[in-house]
Amino acid sequence: MPLLSVDELSVTFTAKGRKDSTAVDGVSFDVDQGQVVGLVGESGCGKSVTSLALMGLLPAKGVRVGGRAEFDGTDLLKLGPAKIRDMRGRHLAMIFQDPLSSLNPVVPIGVQVTEILQRHRGLKGEAARKEAAQLLDRVGIPDPARRLKEYPHQLSGGMRQRALIAMAVACAPRLLIADEPTTALDVTIQAQILELLKELVDQEGTALLMITHDLGVVAGLCDEVNVLYAGKAVETAGRRELFAHPTHPYAHGLLGSIPRLDAPRGEPLNPIRGSINDKIAWADGCAFAPRCDHYTLECLTGTPELTEPRTAGHQVRCVNPVLPPVRPAAEVPA
Amino acid sequence: MLRLVVRRLLQLIPTLLGLSVLLFVWLNRLPGGPASAILGERATEAEVARINRALGLDQPITVQYWRFLKRIAELDLGTSVQTGQPVWDEFTLRFPATVELSFAAMFLAVAVGIPLGYLAAKHRGGWLDVASVSGSLIGICIPVFFLALLLKGVFAVQLGWFPSYGRLSTGLDATDVTGFAVLDGLLTGELDASWDALLHLVLPAIALASIPLAVIVRMTRASVLEVLGEDYVRTAESKGLQKRTVRGRHVLRNAMLPVVTAVGLLTGSLLSGAVLTESVFSFGGIGNFIRTSIDSRDYPVLVGFILFIAMVYVLINLLVDLAYSLIDPRVRVH
Amino acid sequence: MTTLTKKADKVDRLAELMQTSESTTGASLWREAARRLRSSKMAIIGAVIIAVFVVLAVIGPWIAPYTPTAQTWRGEVFANQGRFVGMRGENWFGLDHLGRDMFSRMLVGARQTLLVGVVSMLIGLVIGALIGVLSGAAATLGGPMGRRLDTVIMRITDIMLSLPSLLLAVSIAAVLGQSLTTVMIAVGVVQIPIFARMLRGSMLAQGGSDYVLAARALGVRRNRIVLTQILPNSLSPVIVQATLSLATAIIEAAALSYLGLGNPDPAVPEWGVMLSQAQRFFDNEPMMAVYPAVGIIITALGFTLLGEAMREALDPKLRG
Repeated sequence: MPLLSVDELSVTFTAKGRKDSTAVDGVSFDVDQGQVVGLVGESGCGKSVTSLALMGLLPAKGVRVGGRAEFDGTDLLKLGPAKIRDMRGRHLAMIFQDPLSSLNPVVPIGVQVTEILQRHRGLKGEAARKEAAQLLDRVGIPDPARRLKEYPHQLSGGMRQRALIAMAVACAPRLLIADEPTTALDVTIQAQILELLKELVDQEGTALLMITHDLGVVAGLCDEVNVLYAGKAVETAGRRELFAHPTHPYAHGLLGSIPRLDAPRGEPLNPIRGSINDKIAWADGCAFAPRCDHYTLECLTGTPELTEPRTAGHQVRCVNPVLPPVRPAAEVPA
Repeated sequence: MLRLVVRRLLQLIPTLLGLSVLLFVWLNRLPGGPASAILGERATEAEVARINRALGLDQPITVQYWRFLKRIAELDLGTSVQTGQPVWDEFTLRFPATVELSFAAMFLAVAVGIPLGYLAAKHRGGWLDVASVSGSLIGICIPVFFLALLLKGVFAVQLGWFPSYGRLSTGLDATDVTGFAVLDGLLTGELDASWDALLHLVLPAIALASIPLAVIVRMTRASVLEVLGEDYVRTAESKGLQKRTVRGRHVLRNAMLPVVTAVGLLTGSLLSGAVLTESVFSFGGIGNFIRTSIDSRDYPVLVGFILFIAMVYVLINLLVDLAYSLIDPRVRVH
Repeated sequence: MTTLTKKADKVDRLAELMQTSESTTGASLWREAARRLRSSKMAIIGAVIIAVFVVLAVIGPWIAPYTPTAQTWRGEVFANQGRFVGMRGENWFGLDHLGRDMFSRMLVGARQTLLVGVVSMLIGLVIGALIGVLSGAAATLGGPMGRRLDTVIMRITDIMLSLPSLLLAVSIAAVLGQSLTTVMIAVGVVQIPIFARMLRGSMLAQGGSDYVLAARALGVRRNRIVLTQILPNSLSPVIVQATLSLATAIIEAAALSYLGLGNPDPAVPEWGVMLSQAQRFFDNEPMMAVYPAVGIIITALGFTLLGEAMREALDPKLRG
């Protein structure tokens, strides 16, 4: 049984005086212990909302959440506010995108680390301080005793993200959600942070839900990948399978739009046209159709279902997937 | 910390010098000049000439200014026309009453305003929010002296719940120690005097608190709303911290920063308000004295008061700066 | 920065906050703001109050049932020995202490009150804006000399802002003597540094924007940049402040009247003066104070509501 099993998760924002807008529309995926699962897509595809819904961090009012999210036998979405509060930080932890704004500017790093130790592990005073220093040391912050007394603005960007990771792993959570943890960082620091996350997953067997728009991150880290578009998963596959055979035109486009160093000089980049449009719902057909190069009239009749056009476990939501051209065997190069 | 204080005090010198120039010019521009300011408007020409000589007004303007500065530095603010006593003595005699009243008003404004502003932000759009926002808008629009008249008319004259004038009931034997009537009663064990003084404080303090209260409610509300949307509050929530930890350490600690500055700024308007409020309640502080000085064109008192207020204002802002540097580590560093 | 500049900082920050960093043209900014204003309850209530007040101020003297200065019922009030005549058929708001019709005095007083508010605001706005433009232009485009000029001007406004506004007004009134003009000047002068700071602050914010840089790169003359690019885009916070100032001006004018610095001729009805006269009779006849006070409060509220709604509508942080 998977550690986390998300089934038909949907999130709808219901602001007064406005039309309801669905941010997540029936997303399902599993995360096993020690596994890294990626949620990939451009901004507005619903990946961050998914993570906030799992953590119970969506605002109490004006949001409707549907579906199930079984975590170790309990449905996270049905837990009361006090129960989910007890889970957060202890069993589920999260790392956010912008490390500077995600740290309280007027509270020393030390207090921000020890407060979670005190809350969930009952550590106080010197014991908490010692443990906090160890945590900072573990995530690769040099001179931890001094850093504990410092404030976020005194730390570098990479150091801040390390401190946030230290807080997230302080109680050895079983599931770690990382929401674009490297986006705000320099490229060299990005690699270090990803390395650190990988290390933690390997050593502790923590499950990691990686939310990103960066296919480089996916390639380096994820075991399973879910590509999201306009609130729905459009392609789900193992990392190798996805990179080798992207089948949904969107996933195909995403991979195709990565600039390649080995491309012939002068060859233009291949961007995907346009951007996600909130107004297009899945009810009227494929939401990606307006941006798709392959669309036919068929695409605009009803919501496409997830199918497995290529291999088992590789799911694609497309009636007109990008399959390899059927060529005579003789023409296939050796 | 000491260096900060010294630096701030040094920075004040140009401002105070500028103020003294303005005041000097003002004093010389008064109808009839300083002589009639001292002698009153019905002075004969011979008297004016005598005074002018005595004051050195026949000397060059730079010499006059220098003398003016020297007198200020010696805290010699001249002699009150009304009482014939040195202005400085009149101020120090009456200052405790005004401090007591201002302190009571500010205490009221802070003690009511911050919780109200916080609750309004927390329940944005709810009845409490609507009530406190409209209440504070109306509060700013009510002339302070009218509110004072109204409170006095209803609660003192009509209902008789509170005394309508003065600081202490006549015939009450109270020992004067510090000049702060409530405190004196506690120090000497004359609790009835303390209670009596407190009753006398209630209505003037409410009237005086109206504008600071309105401003503090609005500032706190705006500030809390902003902080509630900050990433670090989400981080704190993601750590599963108890509600009161999130509220105290992460929300209020940050939201209070602009409010602290506002409290300093409000002190200036509090002293203006004291002039109006004290005169309605015949409260024996500086404000009431100024009111009668305006009536009797007691210019030495008015000049002295402006300098006095400027100094008080400067000192309070210095305290606010220090308080600010204690709660905001980002200021401390640079 | 000295501690005294706290208030000044606040005004600056406000000006900056209300600025748009995007290169939206003034026109579309205002169209967007106007759209939001129309859907704001605060703005609508404020506008209605102001409209009613302005109409009253214009037609008041014509529709007033009696001459506001005529002590028609003087004998009746005096015969009553301190017992005031309240509301009745012929005098809707009752009589004042000299037997004059309160309703007529309120109607006629509206015009005077509006006059005090508008003139004070204009004094502050015009002089403040001139200083602000000078300072802002000097700071953005004037080179090192300009920056020095800017610093001097701003230090002076710092000092003015550090004084409680009422005291500043009292000092000015003390020099000028007792009259309605004094009150207007005193209240107006207090507003000068606020307007100056605000315009300068928003001009500085605009001066650093890309389109000004572009204009400079294209070799557009400095005066032209200030007049055609920076200034039009810097005006929105000033307009908001002007609306809010009308409210403060009316309230401060009433406070000055209360302190005995207002119009020495009590025959001319003005709400602030009427209120300060009524305080002597407050315990016997509170309504005499309540009418002008409510008039002042509602009018000030109207301007405050509209001003706050405009500020919200122009706030780039709230723009969707």
